[in-house]
Amino acid sequence: MTTTRSEVDFEETARVPGAPLLEVDDLFVEFRTRDGVAKVLNGVSYRVEPGETLAVLGESGSGKSVTAQTIMGILDMPPGVITGGEIRFHGENLLKASSRRRREVRGSGIAMIFQDALSALNPVFTVGFQIEEQLRLRKGMSRKDARKRAIELLDQVKIPNSKGRVRQYPHEFSGGMRQRAMIAMSLALDPEMLIADEPTTALDVTVQAQIMDLLKDIQVERNMGLILITHDLGVVAEVADRIAVMYAGRIVEQSHARDLYRKPGHPYTQGLLDSLPRLDLKGTELRTIKGLPPSLLNIPQGCPFNPRCPRVQDICKTEVPPQHRLAPGRLSACHFAEELISGD
Amino acid sequence: MTDNIIEVRDLVKHFPVRVGVLFKRTVGYVRAVDGVSFDLKRGETLGVVGESGCGKSTLAQVLMRLEPATSGTATFEGRDILKMKGGELRKLRRDIQIVLQDPYTSLNPRMTVGDIIGEPFEIHPEVAPKGSRAKKVRELLDVVGLNPEHINRYPHQFSGGQRQRIGIARALALRPKVIVCDEPVSALDVSIQAQVMNLLGDLQTEFGLSYVFIAHDLSVVRHLSDRVAVMYLGKMVEVGTEEEIYEHPTHPYTQALLSAVPVPDPELRNQRQVIRLEGDVPSPVDPPSGCRFRTRCWKAQDICATAEPELVTRVANHPSACHFAEEKSIVP
Repeated sequence: MTTTRSEVDFEETARVPGAPLLEVDDLFVEFRTRDGVAKVLNGVSYRVEPGETLAVLGESGSGKSVTAQTIMGILDMPPGVITGGEIRFHGENLLKASSRRRREVRGSGIAMIFQDALSALNPVFTVGFQIEEQLRLRKGMSRKDARKRAIELLDQVKIPNSKGRVRQYPHEFSGGMRQRAMIAMSLALDPEMLIADEPTTALDVTVQAQIMDLLKDIQVERNMGLILITHDLGVVAEVADRIAVMYAGRIVEQSHARDLYRKPGHPYTQGLLDSLPRLDLKGTELRTIKGLPPSLLNIPQGCPFNPRCPRVQDICKTEVPPQHRLAPGRLSACHFAEELISGD
Repeated sequence: MTDNIIEVRDLVKHFPVRVGVLFKRTVGYVRAVDGVSFDLKRGETLGVVGESGCGKSTLAQVLMRLEPATSGTATFEGRDILKMKGGELRKLRRDIQIVLQDPYTSLNPRMTVGDIIGEPFEIHPEVAPKGSRAKKVRELLDVVGLNPEHINRYPHQFSGGQRQRIGIARALALRPKVIVCDEPVSALDVSIQAQVMNLLGDLQTEFGLSYVFIAHDLSVVRHLSDRVAVMYLGKMVEVGTEEEIYEHPTHPYTQALLSAVPVPDPELRNQRQVIRLEGDVPSPVDPPSGCRFRTRCWKAQDICATAEPELVTRVANHPSACHFAEEKSIVP
């Protein structure tokens, strides 16, 4: 058994010193289906630094999960086709990297956890085996060492009785425990970056709070970059440093968390906040965003939000709004972003 | 007659747990609903909140007579729902309707929207004579905010929110008095969720409906409910008006539940008092003795393991099933 395989996990050569941890740059993805070409991502850009939490917020079909899948290199191709852009990890363009190199980055560079832990875990292997598998294959650990490490990882994610749990199968775990086990698995190769795709959506609210606390603790402890993909404006407000709001395959607003909630810089963000029932406010009528999100097979001309926008003008129907820089670290893709921020 | 349209007393629903292939033996019971009492007043919305497995959906099914109850009583306008048969039961089905959570599986993909919404009239022809059905269905589509022209489309041609509107139109077809909404907006995106919630509110005013509104999202429940019941492991632990539950909760579980809901305001981060519950909900097959919440409760004393707390008013003018009920402000 080779013991030096962990050494080759990172060929430092491709890294650019001083480059951001992860940078998505003008990414375009299409799904070529029988019904036509669905433009799923239309120029998505964001970056994440170590220790930072970026929340990617959006409704179903906005492209938030497809972006994550493209970063991880697990996008189904076909039907998916990457038609433009770069994904740089420490400055290295992953889209140009060999499949061997991508495998190296997956797990030890960037790891991912999913919404539905039961279908993400293999039902016929023990939880311990699934954690140990990566340690043995990628780090060349012996069975015994890997088992020891797996137990440590289960302890880290606060699974009680880890020595017994490591021998159990996923169905013997409760929903919250499964999500913890998946987090343990994602941490096995000490990633620098974690992508959490709706990690608490399937969980009850008291368990959701436990898991979010755990994720936050682990991130701080390891100084990891975290991309939190979610549709829940409440969860975002509690954990995010920065927020990117997606609509129809574009980022419509990017901002620090506080600024976004205090004064949204895009009518879509405004609409989302207005349509949220609040625990701390008893409202009468919720303000809603009229209409439906567009079909990605047929995205409206100009601003994709224009058919639903309360502030729509003629220019919105013809010209795609560029990203307006409203403040340092604050972008909005609305023709009237400045007015929105300064006005009323 | 009282103003209560539905009265439920000590309702119990146990599901047997059977093992064995040929000779099934009952080895225990899932105590899904275990002694629940409440009233639904005419024209009000009663919110029922709780986490998965607390029995809130089973409660809905028993009220709809989709599942027989194990014991207890439930009356609709003074008549016992659980003992109804034949014509009387058919009449009940006109008066109580249900809207289900998943708009993808609760509509038959092979039927047109017109057939789905019109089907109740086949079973209850007295409501709409044959000739007037198409007109009625178009009216219903209009009422729930769909285009009446789309009467011949199939469910897959609609989005999730539109399908939920179809489910609501079907529930409205027989002009019921009560609609049981079982997680009606949980599967929808935020912007669509708000549209459907507003629709439910408008329909209540327009048709004088009473709702039993079941959901796990406490913000959604607060928005629509007049009164709220909190369930835990088959029991109701606290019942009160919307304001009593959200502003003056007295049961530790209600307090923990409220404290766990993320508030969409980053300014309040780290400023709120947070109660974190340890562990998971115990199995309803073998619930803890005494108070069912005691295994996760930070206030638990010896008495909690031996004596089951009654759902009675101890403090704050509304009933709470805790020996040590105490008012605490949680929501900022």
